[in-house]
Amino acid sequence: MRTLRNLKIGHSANVVKIHGEGVLKQRIMDMGITPGAVIFVRKAAPLGDPIEVTVRGYELSLRKRDAEIIEIGEEDL
Amino acid sequence: MKKIALIGNQNSGKTTTFNALTGSNQYVGNWPGVTVEKKEGRIKGHNDVILTDLPGIYSLSTYTIEERVSRSYLFDEKPDGIINLVDGSNLERNLFLTTQLLELGIPMVIAFNFNDIVERRGEKIDFEKLSRELHCNIVPISALKKTGINEVVDEILSAIDKHNAPEPIHPFSGSVEHALAHIEEAVLHNLARNKQRWYSVKLFERDEDVRQVLNLDEKTIAHIDEDIVACEKEVGDDSRSIITTERFNFISALLDRVYVKKLKVQLTPSDKIDRVVTNKWAALPIFALIIFLLYYISITTVGTLLTDWVNDTLFGEWIIPGAAGALESVGCASWLQGLLVDGIISGVGAVLGFVPQMMVLFLLLSILEECGYMSRIAFILDRVFRHFGLSGKSFIPMLIGTGCGVPGIMAARPIENESDRRMTVMTTTFMPCSAKLPIIALIAGSFFGGSAWVASSAYFIGIASVIISGIMLKKTKPFQSTPSPFVLELPNYHVPTCFAVLKTTWDRTFSFIKRATTLIMLSTIIVWFLSSFGWLNGSFTMLESEEQNVSILAYIGRAIAWIFSPLGWGEWRAAVASFTGLLAKENLVSTLGVLYGFGEVAEDGAEMWGALANAMPPVAGFSFLVFNLLCAPCFAAMGAIKREMNSPKWTAFAIAYQCVYAWVISLIIYQIGRLFIYGQFGFWTVIAFLFIAAIIFQLVRPNKYLRSLNKA
Repeated sequence: MRTLRNLKIGHSANVVKIHGEGVLKQRIMDMGITPGAVIFVRKAAPLGDPIEVTVRGYELSLRKRDAEIIEIGEEDL
Repeated sequence: MKKIALIGNQNSGKTTTFNALTGSNQYVGNWPGVTVEKKEGRIKGHNDVILTDLPGIYSLSTYTIEERVSRSYLFDEKPDGIINLVDGSNLERNLFLTTQLLELGIPMVIAFNFNDIVERRGEKIDFEKLSRELHCNIVPISALKKTGINEVVDEILSAIDKHNAPEPIHPFSGSVEHALAHIEEAVLHNLARNKQRWYSVKLFERDEDVRQVLNLDEKTIAHIDEDIVACEKEVGDDSRSIITTERFNFISALLDRVYVKKLKVQLTPSDKIDRVVTNKWAALPIFALIIFLLYYISITTVGTLLTDWVNDTLFGEWIIPGAAGALESVGCASWLQGLLVDGIISGVGAVLGFVPQMMVLFLLLSILEECGYMSRIAFILDRVFRHFGLSGKSFIPMLIGTGCGVPGIMAARPIENESDRRMTVMTTTFMPCSAKLPIIALIAGSFFGGSAWVASSAYFIGIASVIISGIMLKKTKPFQSTPSPFVLELPNYHVPTCFAVLKTTWDRTFSFIKRATTLIMLSTIIVWFLSSFGWLNGSFTMLESEEQNVSILAYIGRAIAWIFSPLGWGEWRAAVASFTGLLAKENLVSTLGVLYGFGEVAEDGAEMWGALANAMPPVAGFSFLVFNLLCAPCFAAMGAIKREMNSPKWTAFAIAYQCVYAWVISLIIYQIGRLFIYGQFGFWTVIAFLFIAAIIFQLVRPNKYLRSLNKA
């Protein structure tokens, strides 16, 4: 499974599915990361984690561990 | 009397809008979630309308405290109308909450903030069409420039008068709408049509609260569950996620019709600043420089200058001699004069001496908060803090905690994860707050020739204690909570408004002054009484200062001193001073001053350096310092811990942990120090080594509660 964690900085992809359950899953979806959304990795924090992504026209920081539950499809260029 | 709720996402400019609507300007910050308190005000020009500022939320679920607060307000207090504030520059995510609010069946108007930013980007929104599709009126406003504010008020008041609640929209796909219709038919047909939506969607999501409110029996639940399960099978996700996904799909399709977007994305000024400030190489040096400047200005230079003036000139030359002279001239009884001048005025004065220093620190901190840099700190440092069971957001409480623990502990609120938040609340006061600085100065002056390493080591021990406690505690059962994601928004940088910065600074300073003039004054009176009265030659009497070794306080001190003898300072005066430190840390110095018979002493207790150095060896002095830095904070901070923990059990646990930890660390420092410096070995040395072994064991052992979050 390809997850957001594997997506390189400067690349974007479609969200396919959010795995996991409960608060973790719902909070991430409430922020607009839902199947079909395009997600773009802007940068990583100086120590490599968290990452900053653009989704639905705004910027959000996520930890890589949480990014692992976000399954993505083929990369768009 | 009408009630209106102001509701919107975090960082949508809610506090500024609230101030514009009510006229009372309040705290405006950039840290997401700063408005957690419930704020109310009367709408300007409409004295019969009360506006309630609800906490900033992203959704009407019940996963966070803020969401629960908002939801229970909307259902229990039943506001007459809703003003939904929407950040126009972040429309897609903001409308997610809007689509949920529209289902409540409450008259509503959308206040569209930051349209100027949208226009500056060269983008355009067809408000008329958007309003038609959402079945709700939209008013573009600028909270900052106060435009559109009156129109919002007029719109919502007229909607309330006409009982004009939005007609439900139908944003969901065929199969979901079908299931919803079934639910409405089966259990909700008694409700008004525009109220059914909220309940049917929530029942579809299997919301426990709504099931209880509607008092559904098992059979009905099972019946509607058939539709839900069928729908879940068809779509291939759980019902809650289906609803969320389809709402967002509806919004993005809607925006394609009404929103003319610019294709080429330009770098905003914020992006350009972030390129430097959160740069891989530059971020940490810039961060270190900013923290250094913060301390250099507030503690070392400007703040000290002001504090010295207050202590030496204002109190030292004017108020205290003035009051003494005035009391003398009216022939005041000597005990009353003692209480007023030696007790209250110099006690409270010593505390108020910090006010300038704290004000400068709070001023600089609120500028950092306002301009948006605080969120970047959380972004930069999250990786580091996570290892200690904390989050990047824990840094802000700790930083503010170096000024005063009370606002520091309060700043832990935006941390989503309950365990992280509790851990932050528990460990924030390990950082030396400004009230602990005189204790540091006293010990440095008495034992170490005023060396600067004492102060540095105090900060080092504070930071190390946060880390050690974090690693040890995160492996214990109470700190295992359901995982919740770390989501952080980096708001755009902006020049802080002067008013907001001054307001925050003043609020925080004032709460300190209030404490100084109430709690601390009371404690000074008590300590003064306990130390000035006692039994001399068989009768209870007021004592001369050289007779204090028979005071009530001395007896209390002797009774508790044994606890501290393994730490090297089982001396009644030090024990008593630590005790009065609980009332306010800075009390410790003045108490020691009184107990050593120097009467009133300078902030750093310079008069008694010699006496203290004779009373105990330097390593005991250092252990005394460490104990007082780490043990339970002052009562005001304990009160803050109690408020934020919101549980007597957790409060007791936090304070007990702090005291025990302080005792253990001081014991280790004294016993090991004694072993290496004087070669003394004894029973307690063995205990110290056992403690060290236990701490190391807890630090390195694997976390048995650690589970893999992602089984998939």
